[in-house]
This record gives sequence, C-alpha cells and structure tokens, in this order.
Amino acid sequence: MTQKSIKARSWQQRRRALIDTLAARIIGLGGVSVIFAIVLIFFYLLWVVAPIFSSPEVKFVSQFTLPEMSDASSVYTAVEESGHLGLRLSSAGELLFFDMDKGLQVSRESIELPGDTVISRVIEINPSGQTLALALDNGGVGFISIQYRVSFVGDQRELTPMIDYPYGESFLELKDINSIAHINVVKSDSKLLLAVLDTDGQLLLQHYEIEEGDELAEPETEAVLEIDGPVDYLLISPGGSWMYLASKNGQIAYYDISDLESVEQVDQMSLTKPGQSLTQLTLLLGGVSLLAADETGLVQQWSLQRDEKNQHRLKEIRDFQASATLAYLLPEKRRKGLVGIDQAGNILLYNTTADRLMLDEKLLDVPALRASLSPRADILLVESVERQYFTYHIENPHPELSWQSLWQEMVYEGYSEPKFIWQSSSADNDFEPKFSLAPLAYGTLKAAFYAMMVAVPLAIMGAIYTAYFMSPRMRGFVKPSIEIMEALPTVILGFLAGLWFAPIVEENLLAILSLSFVFPVGMMAFAWLWQSAPRSIHRLVPDGWYSAVLMPVVILLVWLSFELAPVFEAVLFNGDIKIWLKQELGISYDQRNSLVVGIAMGLAVIPTIFSITEDAIFSVPKQLTTGSLALGATPWQTLTRVVLLTASPGIFSAVMIGLGRAVGETMIVLMATGNTPIMDMSIFEGMRTLSANIAVELPESELDSTHYRILFLAALVLFAVTFIFNTMAEVVRQRLRKRYGSL
Amino acid sequence: MNKTSNNNFKFWWQSGEPWIWLTAGAVSISMVVVFGLLGMIAVRGMSHFWPADIEQMTYQSIDGEQKLIGELIESEFIKRERYLESGLGTVPESQLEVKRWLLKTGNRGILSSDFRWIDDHNIKGRETPDQLIVVERVEWGNFYGYLKQVNQQGELQAEGDAAWTELEQRIQRVTKLRDELKGLEKGDIGAINYQLERLRLKRKSLALKGLDTKDNLAAIDVEEKQLDQDYEQLREKLQKLHHDLERDSAVFVVMDGREITIPLVNVVSVLKPNSMNVFQKLGHYFVAFMNFMSDDPREANTEGGVFPAIFGTVMMVLLMSVLVTPLGVIAALYLREYARQGPMIRLIRIAVNNLAGVPSIVYGVFGLGFFVYFLGGNLDQLFFPGALPAPTFGTPGLMWASLTLSLLTLPVVIVSTEEGLARIPGSLREGSLALGATKFETLWKVVLPMSSPAIMTGLILAVARAAGEVAPLMLVGVVKLAPQLPMDGNAPFMHLERKFMHLGFHIYDVGFQSPNVEAARPLVYATAFLLVLVIVLLNLSAIMLRNHLREKYKALDH
Repeated sequence: MTQKSIKARSWQQRRRALIDTLAARIIGLGGVSVIFAIVLIFFYLLWVVAPIFSSPEVKFVSQFTLPEMSDASSVYTAVEESGHLGLRLSSAGELLFFDMDKGLQVSRESIELPGDTVISRVIEINPSGQTLALALDNGGVGFISIQYRVSFVGDQRELTPMIDYPYGESFLELKDINSIAHINVVKSDSKLLLAVLDTDGQLLLQHYEIEEGDELAEPETEAVLEIDGPVDYLLISPGGSWMYLASKNGQIAYYDISDLESVEQVDQMSLTKPGQSLTQLTLLLGGVSLLAADETGLVQQWSLQRDEKNQHRLKEIRDFQASATLAYLLPEKRRKGLVGIDQAGNILLYNTTADRLMLDEKLLDVPALRASLSPRADILLVESVERQYFTYHIENPHPELSWQSLWQEMVYEGYSEPKFIWQSSSADNDFEPKFSLAPLAYGTLKAAFYAMMVAVPLAIMGAIYTAYFMSPRMRGFVKPSIEIMEALPTVILGFLAGLWFAPIVEENLLAILSLSFVFPVGMMAFAWLWQSAPRSIHRLVPDGWYSAVLMPVVILLVWLSFELAPVFEAVLFNGDIKIWLKQELGISYDQRNSLVVGIAMGLAVIPTIFSITEDAIFSVPKQLTTGSLALGATPWQTLTRVVLLTASPGIFSAVMIGLGRAVGETMIVLMATGNTPIMDMSIFEGMRTLSANIAVELPESELDSTHYRILFLAALVLFAVTFIFNTMAEVVRQRLRKRYGSL
Repeated sequence: MNKTSNNNFKFWWQSGEPWIWLTAGAVSISMVVVFGLLGMIAVRGMSHFWPADIEQMTYQSIDGEQKLIGELIESEFIKRERYLESGLGTVPESQLEVKRWLLKTGNRGILSSDFRWIDDHNIKGRETPDQLIVVERVEWGNFYGYLKQVNQQGELQAEGDAAWTELEQRIQRVTKLRDELKGLEKGDIGAINYQLERLRLKRKSLALKGLDTKDNLAAIDVEEKQLDQDYEQLREKLQKLHHDLERDSAVFVVMDGREITIPLVNVVSVLKPNSMNVFQKLGHYFVAFMNFMSDDPREANTEGGVFPAIFGTVMMVLLMSVLVTPLGVIAALYLREYARQGPMIRLIRIAVNNLAGVPSIVYGVFGLGFFVYFLGGNLDQLFFPGALPAPTFGTPGLMWASLTLSLLTLPVVIVSTEEGLARIPGSLREGSLALGATKFETLWKVVLPMSSPAIMTGLILAVARAAGEVAPLMLVGVVKLAPQLPMDGNAPFMHLERKFMHLGFHIYDVGFQSPNVEAARPLVYATAFLLVLVIVLLNLSAIMLRNHLREKYKALDH
C-alpha cells in the first residue's frame, strides 16, 4: 500500500466518522426537539390557562399633590380610559386635568356657575358615559361631557381633554325645587330620566326625550312624590325602570318608574341586619343588582327577581365580609366586580359572578375622602383628607373565575336559585357571563356514556368471536373492514347521524329501541333453529363462519323491527311513542338527541375497542386454551374462565382508550346534537360537550380574554383526561405483555 | 320426544353455544353497519349525477286540478289519521296509509319553493314527455319546462323543433364566453389587483422604515400607473364580454302555463333527460361527475363543484406530509436507535403513543394559540409590518393548518416507523457493522431502506387521518368559501398564509350551515362519497403494504 492511498483512506475514514457523529448529533437533536414539541403542547395550554388562576395585585404607583388649588373642595374625580389622565372638579366649577404620574397640570377649564351657587353633587350619567350631571345648591341642574381627543406626535400618543355641553350651557331650573338633597340621572337611547329629591321630601321625576346636542326643553312626562322619612340614597337602574330610595337605617323602598304617569312603590324592606346601619349602597353594573354594605363590613348583593306571584322582589343572592366598615364602594364599569376601600385603609377586590373576594390588603395609611376607578378598572385614584392623591395599579384580568364559578352551582343575577349555566356570549358588558364548565363536562360524559353503551358490548363480543372462534380466512376479511371503519372521517358519521339517521330515529323510535333486545333474542332463536337443522345444512357453512350466516339475519331482524314496531306502537303507546313519553312520563324528545349521538359515536369507537381487545385475546398463549380444552372444558368455558381472564387487562385498556376517544370526539357531537348546554341524563335530549363547545366558540373569542382562556382550560381538561385514560391503558397493556412473556 | 327436545335445548344452552352465536352476531352487526353505510354513501353520492326522468303529472290538489312537472325524489308513508289531522286533504276510507312523494319542482324564484310533497292517490296521470327540458341555472337551481323559442337581443331567432339545436349552440357560445370572462377576472385582473396590493404594502413598509424618499416612491408610482392603465384596458374587454354574454335568451313554458324568459348568461347547461337513452345518460353522468370535480361551488356552496375543496385538501395534506415525514422518522430513529433505552425512553414512548389518543380539537386549540397567534403574530411583526394591523400570518391559514395536522399525525408516523425499525432483525445490523460500516451507514443503507414500507404505512395512515380531520381545521385555517386558491400564477405562487377550503369542512358547512339543506343534500352525499373513497383507498393501500411487510419479515425471522 502506498503512502498516498493510506492517506486517502484515513481521510475517508475521518470523513465517515465525521458523518457518523454528525448524523448522531442531528438525529439526537431532531428527536429531542420533536419530543420537546410534543411536551410543548401541554405547557403551552397550561401557560395560556395559568393567568385565570393567578391572584390579582394592587400596586401603589405614585403620590402627589395637585398644583394651585383653590379652597373649594372636590366634588368629583375621575380617571380617563387609558389611565394616563386624571380629572378633578371642585365645587366652584374648576376642572383640572392632570397626568397620573406626578399630578402635573395638563389643562384647566372652568364651568360658569350662575350667581353664588356651588356644585353640590355630580352624577355620572350611565356608568359608561362620560357625561356628568351637575347639581347646584340652589336646585339648578346642568350637564357637561368630557371628551379626550387622541392625536399622535411621532409614536407618542397624546390626549387632549375637552369639555362640551351636550344639552346646552345653561342650568336647568326645576320648578318648586330650591335645594337638592339627592339627585340621579340616567340616559338610555333618547330617554333622559331625572330624579331630584329636595330637602323637604319632595321627589320630582322628569322624563325627557332628547338627543345629544339638543337643548333641554319641556319634559315629556313628570311625576311628583312626597317621601316620608329620611332618604340617603337615590338610585335609578340604567334603563330607567326602577328607582330605589334607601336610608342609613337600612330601609329601602323601590318603585316601578318605567311609566311616570303611574309610578308606584313595589315594596319596602330592610337591607341590613337588625341594629346595623347601611354605610354604602350602589348599583352593580347592569343595574340588576344592588350592593349594600353595613357597619361591620358585610356587603350583600341584592338582585331584583320575580317571585312565585310574578312580582318583583329584592332577594339577597350572596355576601362577603370585609375586614372593616367600607368607606368607598366602587362598582367596575365593565365587569360585575367592585373595588372597595375600608376605613382602615384596606383595598379590596371582589367579583360577584365568581363570588370571590380576591384581595383585602392594607395599602392606605390616611383616611380616604374620595376615590375613583378608571373605566377599565385598572387604575385607582384616591384623594385623602389632606388633598394628597394616591394612584394604584390594579392587575386583575380575570376576576369572573373561581373554582366555584367553574364547577359549582352559582346564583346568577335574575335567577332565583343556584344553577350550572354556560352562557358565554355577550352582546354588551351589562350581561353577566356564566362560565360554568359543569354542564359541558356533564354533556361530554353523557355523550361518552351512551357511546360506550353501544360500543362496548358490540366491540368486545365481536372481538371475542373474531379472535377466538372465527376462521382465519374470514378474520382476514373482518379485521381490515373494521380498520376501514376506524378510518371513516367522523365528519361523515356526524353528517349521516344528523341529517339521515336522526329523522329515521324520530320516525321509528320504537323500532330502534327494540333492536337492543330483538338482536340478541332473534340471534339466539336463529342459533337454536340452526342447531336443530339437519346436518346437511351445517356442512354448507364451516365452523367459524357464523358471522357470515348471521348477516342476512341481522338485516331481516332490522326489517322485522321496522315493520312490526308500528303495530306495537299502536297497541301499547296509542300510536305514537313520543307523544306517549311526553304525556305519561313527561319526557320530551329532541330530534338530535343522545340516542343518535350514542349510536353514531359508538360506531366511531367500536373499531378502537375492537382492535385492541382482539389483539389481547388473540395473543393469549395457545397452551392455556389447549390445556383447558384437553381437560374437557367446552370452548365457551375455556373462553370465559381462561381466555377472558387472561386478556382482561387488555380489554380494560381497550375500553379506556375507547372512552378517551369518545370524550374527545368533536364533529359527531357537533352535528348530531342541538348543542344546548343542559344537564339532563335523558337519552332523548341533546347535550353540549367540551370539544364541540371549543369548536363553536373559540373562533369567535377574543385573544387573551377570559372566554379564550376558559376554552383553553376546556382543551387542557380534555388533554389531561384523555392522557390519563390512555396512560392507564398503556401501563396495563405493558404489564400484560410482560405476563404473557413469562408464560 | 318433547322431553328430549327440552333436554337438547338445555344441553345446548349450557354448552355456551348460544353465547358464541351472540358474539358472532356482534361481528355481523358491525359488518352490516360498515358496508351498509359505505354502500349508502356510494349509492346516494353517485346517483346525484344521474339525469333522472322528469315527470309531468295531472294532480288533484285542494285548489283543483293542476299540471305538475318535476323529479320525484323520495316517498314516505304516513298514517291515515296523521294525514287527516294535518288537514292535508281527503283520502279514501280503504287506505290506512297514505303514500306521499317529495317532488322537486325546481324553478326557484318562480315558484315559492323548490320542493313540495304530493299525495300518491291524487296523481291522476303520469307521463314523461320527451320535450321536457332541465335547465341548470347559475343561480336559483334547476329549472324545468318546455322550450318555446330562442331570442337574440329580444328578437325571435328560432322556434319549435329548430329552437333546441339553436339553444344548444348558443349555450356553447355562452359557456365559452363565460370561461373567457372567468379567466380574465381571476387571471389577469386578479394579478393586477395582487400587484397593486403589493405596491400599497411596499409603500407602507417604506414609510415605516423611513425610506420613503422621492425616488423610491416615484418608482412605485410609475408601476402603479402602468397597472392602472392595464386595468383600464382589461376593464373595457370585460365590459364587452359582459355585453356579448347578455345577447341571447330563451323563452320557456313552465308547468302552470306561464312563459318565462331566461337569459342564457344564467344557464350552465340544458338537458332533455326523457329523450335520452341509457348510454347518453351514462355519458352525461360522467360529464356531470367531472364538472363536479372541476367546478367552483355556486349558490352558497349548495351547487356547482367542489374543486377548491379538493385542491385545498390535497395541498394541505401534501404540505403536512412534507413536514411530518422527516420529523417522525428522525424522532423514531432517535427513540429506537440512538437514545439509551431506559425508563425515561419508555416513558417518552408511552407519551408519544398516548398523544395519538389526544382529541384532535386539542391540537386545533394549540395550533390557534401557539402557531396562529403566537408564531404568526410575531412573524407579522418581524416580516410584514407594512400590512399591519391586517394580519398576514397572524390569522388562520394553510401553513398553520398543515403544521397543526403534522403535529397531530406525528405519533402515527413515529409509532409506525418504530415498529418497522423494531422488526428488522438484529443480525442484519450486526452483519453490516461487522463488515465495517459505521452506525449511520448501517442505518442509511440497510435499516432505513428495509423499514421504508413501514414509514410509508405510517405516512399513508397519517394522510388518511389528516384528510378526514375537520375539528382542528375549523380553528386553524379552513373557511366555507375561499376567494382564492392557495396556489396561483402570482409570485411566489404558493400562498401559505391564505385560508383554504376542505372536503370535510365542506360537508359540515353545506349539510348544517346552509340555508337550503334539502336542495344541498345530494351534493353533500356526493362530497362525502368522494372523501370516503379517498380515505378508504388510502387505508386499503396502507393495510396491504403492512401485510406485505409482515410477510417479508416473517421469512427473516427464522
């Protein structure tokens, strides 16, 4: 060998070695990253879901004083939408806009007040609106609205505050009213409702039809009521249908004011426990509920509901206990939550839907005089008695959720008793989203249960015959057929179930139901006939071909059921079993119901269970069965006492995997049920499953919203459940394999 | 005798024989259901294209005697009492059940609905006149009637027997013009619009980068001007085509004697099924089937073809195969050949196995969250800032759908490949190594080629699963009607960010979301048949490959 060739050889060797290492690295890296990608699914789902379980935080941001203030006290403070600007309105009509970091002045406006009057009260007209009603101490009422113009300087977003007079600059003089004790104003569409209580106990209600930009003229209708006794709170629901008058002693009276020409007091009651006085009363977003706080810090939610006599009555639906008397109760403007400040300086966050007191933390050292919350409920501005201003950042993105609201019965606004409800769609913020996963989980289990009822007997019995009795030639045909069945797209099964099978079931309900016993009875009867038939017929069909013989029988039995069912229906159920069910048993019938889903999804699950069971039975060691048969046991005895016992872990794992598939199946349920999230075990009604719910709602849910995260939670639940089922099955199977190995 | 028979029965019962029959019955039921379903889909799906005879009948309805024209679709029996209760009419005493027919009268827009139920006993006379014509219209479904005359610009051209040949010729002309129009709209004008949109984005991204100098902008302006000019020319051509298309019309007489004028621009084809023999019908059957495969859908997907859906499904599956094969094979190689076998790898293997059982919708959720919003959103920020806030990749589309499905089918490929690798006898590997090959060479030259059928099997199963999967696609890229195919003549030719149509989703959408389910039903069956056919063929080939493989290695085992 020459020197050169050795060199070339070694170069080649090196190259081969290099390629080998490189390949090992690449494959190692690739393999690990593919596995990592798979693990990623779980962690990504978890990562999206995690924020709904994080606790909210309130962080102190800054403390400042406002520049050049007159002595006039504040009557109103507010925080603008994005939380960059704050505003303060003094009783003298000075309006100061300031930045929320340092309290520096951004702009200053002044409202012309007539004569020597001062502003005594300010009302936000509807929680979302930026329109304010100003009440003067002499009884005059005026309106301003605050707008922010957004402009961009480079990349910098700049806000320019402006004030506007939507209903004219002049102050409205109300007849016979010289002083204002309480005032409230609401506007919905073009209806403006004004309620003023003067110090003499005279209550004036006025209804105007007005658009923004028009001058306030004569009211459409008005009403005057004489109110006895003290009144400390005057509240009107946002639509202007209800008025509540309450006093510190806890007494509340409510009136139906939807028509001012017939205002009447509906009821009167006490909101507080005996001996306690009311310290705070406010409407929750949407105006269906009242929040009432007493001296001990107990906050109760009262909701207006219809009682048995169809009368509206206030009913307590939940409460929570704050650690001290509440000084401020600020309802959030877009969610059913509230921010409270108590006299000890604790800030607390509560959400009524979730019934969850999320935070109660001491953050304030001085007594609060006034507080306001930004519309997004993420910035809190507190004014202290010494005119110090404190700002806080509230991080609370998903307050609607708690363990209870996801899985337990909740009392929702407008419902008289606790219920499991899934109702996620929301046309506006006033709607209370109801995120109970319970009906969906229930629907999932229900669908899976009925599917298993159909699939388990058919699949396991079929597998037993195929693996143990069937002739190899027929087996070679049956197994691929079942595999084809497994590959049938579920969308096709769902389509057939929904459009073809559901109407058939509806028409022939009795026939379909009767098949569950017509099949076994009919087949056994046929078997006996076959047994009694002469040998010459037996010889036509070799052993292990029973299934082929039975196929025409199956078709015949179906035909018989369909032909005879109407006769039985006429005799037993007055001609229509659905009407009979409804009248006699009170069971209503949906066309797309659990029976249809059970059968359709059963078909989808049969192949899975069948294949695994068949494998398990087929791989039972032959010496066991031959031993048993040699000892004189019949084939059936051998099967039940030896084969099935040995294969039972395999069958168990087959059922688990089938269950996993039934739980996660989407298209069949989506197409073959009405998708109503009800909790009812009835086989004649539908359901909504977790998977179908995801398919329907996820495309429409907003990125990172609570709804979006809950749907991810639903996916995570599905993932976890099926993963657990499958792992159990897999572990059992591996053990089984080991055992066979030792045999 | 009786006693022996009793004893026989008892003995038979105790032997367990009946239970064996019962288990056999379970197989029979499953078989009947599988083949029954496949058969039904096949029959219903295939019969959609058969030109059925059109019946003309004299019908005694509540309002008096009528002439009805249409196709009899299906029949049902209802009980006499129910019939009378619903006030549908009278029925002779002797009849316990009333047979009713669903008659497709077509002529939407002229009659109140396409379908009506009629009573068999009220049909006085039935005939199938040769002259009856089915007009497949672009809008509003089929039309049935007699041809009266053919007009050109409102002037009579042909009447009587000559009208039919004239009509056929003129429809050929219209079809040609319509194809030309479609080519113009989708091809040339589509290209110009695409270019204009790109220029707009270019302008925007230049501005974002601060490169919007006069020179740069001027170049864009020039291009835009050129495109606008081209567009003007095309538009004139378009107008002329439209004008030409509207030239002809035909007058038909419908069943209530009214004369209806149909502009030929609204006609897809005309047919006289009653005068056709079986072979002509067969010929038409294949034409109709081909049209179904190659046409765009019309009328909210309830008519026309499913070409975009086929195209979308195929593209998605191909893309998925390209992604899943290398990933799956590499992962399997790692698990079986490179990783140190131990409890950790066993655990991973179980996990991979189990992922095959995770519901597909979960993959869809992951795909939407991670691929579309997270990856896609970031890609948009990096590469397509000009188009923002309109998302490019940050919205469901073909690429994300393929990626999601490749993740979904990854376990299938891994498991199948691993099985293939495990089946290769150690002696072969050892032989190769003993001859001096490195580990990788052994893999590449010996192991992989031998396990290629297993890899193929895995891939085919993956493709079959992906083709039939709908739930995750609903989240990551499928739409009911995609305006453009994901592949066209505009650079870069493949538009992975586009949304696409899919056969499975088409079935769901047309069957459950369309306003006129009754009219759409035959089409859904046809689509379902197409999908089943593809999937059954794929699976059969996978099964055959697997069996072949088993046979091959059986020999090696001994």
